[in-house]
Amino acid sequence: MKIVIIGNGMVGYKFCEKLIAKSSPLSFNITIFGEEIRPAYDRVHLTEFFAGKTAEDLSLAPADWYAEHHIQLFLGDPIKEIDREKKLVHSVRGLSLEYDILILATGSAAFVPPIPGVEKNGVFIYRTIEDLELMKQWARKSKRGAVIGGGLLGLEAAKAMLDLGITDTHVIEFAPRLMPRQIDEAGSAILKNKLEALGLKILTNTNTTEIQGDESIRAMQFADQSHIEVDMLVISAGIKPRDELAKLAGLETGQRGGIVVNERMQTSDPNIYAIGECALYKNMIYGLVAPGYEMAEVVADHLVGGQKSFSGFDMSTKLKLIGVDVASFGDPFVQACDGRTVVLEDNMKGVYKRINISTDGKYLLGGILIGDADAYNMLLQTAKNKVILPPNPEDIILGSRAGETSGDSVSALPDDAIICSCETVTKENICKAVSLYNCESVDEIKKCTKAGTGCGGCVPMVKDLMLHTMAANGKYVRNTICEHFHYSRQELFDLIKINQLKSYDDVLDMFGKNDGCEICKPAVASILASLWNELILDKGNATAQDSNDRFLANIQKGGTYSVVPRIPGGEITPDKLIVIGEVAKEYHLYTKITGGQRIDLFGAHLSDLPAIWKKLIEAGFESGHAYGKALRTVKSCVGSTWCRFGLHDSVSFAIQIEERYRGLRAPHKIKSGVSGCIRECAEARAKDFGIIATEKGWNLYVCGNGGSKPQHALLFATDLDSETCIKYIDRFLMFYIKTADPLMRTAPWLNKMEGGITYLQNVIINDSLGIATELEKEMQLLVDNYKCEWKEVVDNPELQKKFNHFVNAPNEKDPSVQFEPMREQKKVADWR
Amino acid sequence: MTITETEGRTSWFIACKAEDVPVNGGVCVKYHDRQIALFHFARRGAWYATQNECPHRNQMALSRGMIGSRDTEPKVACPFHKKTFSLETGECLNGDDYQIKTYPVKIISGLVYIGIDQDEN
Repeated sequence: MKIVIIGNGMVGYKFCEKLIAKSSPLSFNITIFGEEIRPAYDRVHLTEFFAGKTAEDLSLAPADWYAEHHIQLFLGDPIKEIDREKKLVHSVRGLSLEYDILILATGSAAFVPPIPGVEKNGVFIYRTIEDLELMKQWARKSKRGAVIGGGLLGLEAAKAMLDLGITDTHVIEFAPRLMPRQIDEAGSAILKNKLEALGLKILTNTNTTEIQGDESIRAMQFADQSHIEVDMLVISAGIKPRDELAKLAGLETGQRGGIVVNERMQTSDPNIYAIGECALYKNMIYGLVAPGYEMAEVVADHLVGGQKSFSGFDMSTKLKLIGVDVASFGDPFVQACDGRTVVLEDNMKGVYKRINISTDGKYLLGGILIGDADAYNMLLQTAKNKVILPPNPEDIILGSRAGETSGDSVSALPDDAIICSCETVTKENICKAVSLYNCESVDEIKKCTKAGTGCGGCVPMVKDLMLHTMAANGKYVRNTICEHFHYSRQELFDLIKINQLKSYDDVLDMFGKNDGCEICKPAVASILASLWNELILDKGNATAQDSNDRFLANIQKGGTYSVVPRIPGGEITPDKLIVIGEVAKEYHLYTKITGGQRIDLFGAHLSDLPAIWKKLIEAGFESGHAYGKALRTVKSCVGSTWCRFGLHDSVSFAIQIEERYRGLRAPHKIKSGVSGCIRECAEARAKDFGIIATEKGWNLYVCGNGGSKPQHALLFATDLDSETCIKYIDRFLMFYIKTADPLMRTAPWLNKMEGGITYLQNVIINDSLGIATELEKEMQLLVDNYKCEWKEVVDNPELQKKFNHFVNAPNEKDPSVQFEPMREQKKVADWR
Repeated sequence: MTITETEGRTSWFIACKAEDVPVNGGVCVKYHDRQIALFHFARRGAWYATQNECPHRNQMALSRGMIGSRDTEPKVACPFHKKTFSLETGECLNGDDYQIKTYPVKIISGLVYIGIDQDEN
């Protein structure tokens, strides 16, 4: 197939390169006609010609390249006529050549406004290396220069003037501001200041009416009667597409120039394509190189049978103009009705940043950066990919500010921090065990350092440290649950959900190996409960539960259990208090008020549990899930019903929340609190989610905890109505349940989350992952499936049988249990 | 009412019916003053018995622990502090210097027999 390309500019060259790459050798017979005497060169970096680069430096490929690829290249020989009927082109030097496919890559010429005197010596256009060479000669005897055009190219030309040693240079712009197509007024003002600081004189709103002088330019006259004296002028007021050949050949062209093309870059003659600055696609000329390359790609692809099409191009740009960063992306000038605008303007540093955001605050539409365009790529990607913005989008141009560190993980701790306080093991000890003694499991670290062998509360931290250290040592780390499951908890959660598995054994058969252990069993049991909320003792899952869950009570020293009935929000009637007292007396239980505004009854024998529950249930109590990795309590202050400071009824809201999430199983326990005013008597900020009343509604805080590493909950959303508050909590809890590691509370979960609270807000509030509805649905399923576990046992004699100490002596209690009197109650005998 | 029969140096007593023991879980069996943890390791088709007392804090709790395996070693984890012990050898698998007693188990006609060394009786 014979292909003739008219024009050997950047786009024409790129087309050859692409076509060769796509096709087998010699399948196309390619001929190029170029007007200039040089093979294609990098016009974008033309100014570097003055900064010392040679024409060879700027060349895209040497003449040899064309020969190597069997491309005939005719330079300095433009085509003067296209004979479409005979499919022939005729060159100025008299060559005639047949084509099957003709590519017009004729580019553009400088647009020269019809100003009287424009033909005088010393007036230049700024387009080719030849132009530059002429400028260079003239500049030797020039002292005062001017550039017409304050756009991108004009400012480039002004830079060229400075490089040529003409320090006294004016930039003359017809529009009220510089770079009118890319930046707004305020940005232009900053840019103007910066350029003036470099010695340029900027005249905007200025219309040149005459270029004065005899043969050579001497002065410029403006419409406002003012004038300046100059001896050199560069006109860089825009481009006009080179469409004269196309017009001559009868191809369709636009009213203001440009060869009309379709999405395949075909002109009105399907055998003739046009690409680059000469092509007019949907009434638009693309005056940048990137879209030109894209057009070349489309045509090359089309010629080898591909289906690519051109659908417009992002005209975002970033460039350094005379040392000043200027960038413009997306839609830089959004109107007030189409979006909102955030502007940062720093006249001291000469920095201007503007971002345009959709009215709903979700998307970045475009923006302008002047003086500091470091964020350009990130912002461009954000806008292009429709990435959901954080709730405070100004942060993306301001950078994160003090007080918003992304949380602290174990890696931030000092070496001498005590990780295991039972055995006094420091962070350094643990890291050494990993680095020097190659401990790669918590068990090995336990053996090596004793860390985690006491109460075990530090084990998650030990594991974190181990993983961090291993990763730091360059070891591949996969946070798998244990030796039986080669999956993270999150992966396993999804697998169980997708496969609708309901029992531990099924999960182990399908995704695990061997027999399981005390780590994966409760982890999987918890996932099953979080997914389906079925009775945890059903389907053979009882023996996969930790002892507390298996017996629905908390095992305490000596092997007896404690019983915590739910007292939502800490509100209880005198009658119910009396019942608790009666039950405690009847079963000789030690009673204590817990930290979560409930009453704990200690010292219950296993075999007494069902009877104790029965009495409590009859009085209207239900399980408090104190034994589960589940919602524990929602603490409240008395709120506006009694308190003179209270803003809202915190007790009612706490009860509503506690009843909504009661029995909700999670990777770890969940606590909450509701305070009726900022005095925060419910200590809500020490909770996994805390709610504090404001004048206008509720502030929601998330991911706090007390415990061994106290951490305040962070402000998540403000002034919410109750319904929205619950909606966010639904999503938040479900997201936590689905993504946290086993036995990881919300605070460390957030600390380890990339992007921290901002990311979390994005997911929960802005629905950046598009999962909000799903999360709400999943939570609603759990809420709807709630049943009191104690009642299930009380109503089921078969289940009750499991609540005996001896299988072969059901009526006997464990004789090893010993109590001692203390302050009119009893305590369990100490560890032996 | 413990029924025993002797076989060599081991006397066997009937602990309970096999069905009284939860699948892949344990129960506590009373034998005179002794507490024995009995496990039905259904995944392996195996039965194990050990002392019920965890030697770490002397708690009568192993029968309420979760069973499982480390590599191929069957084990039980104490519910108190998750010390784990081999169900076969009684060795503590956390590297602590504890040892628990193990007992032989056999199932005959749906009944679970636990064997006691006569020297201990």
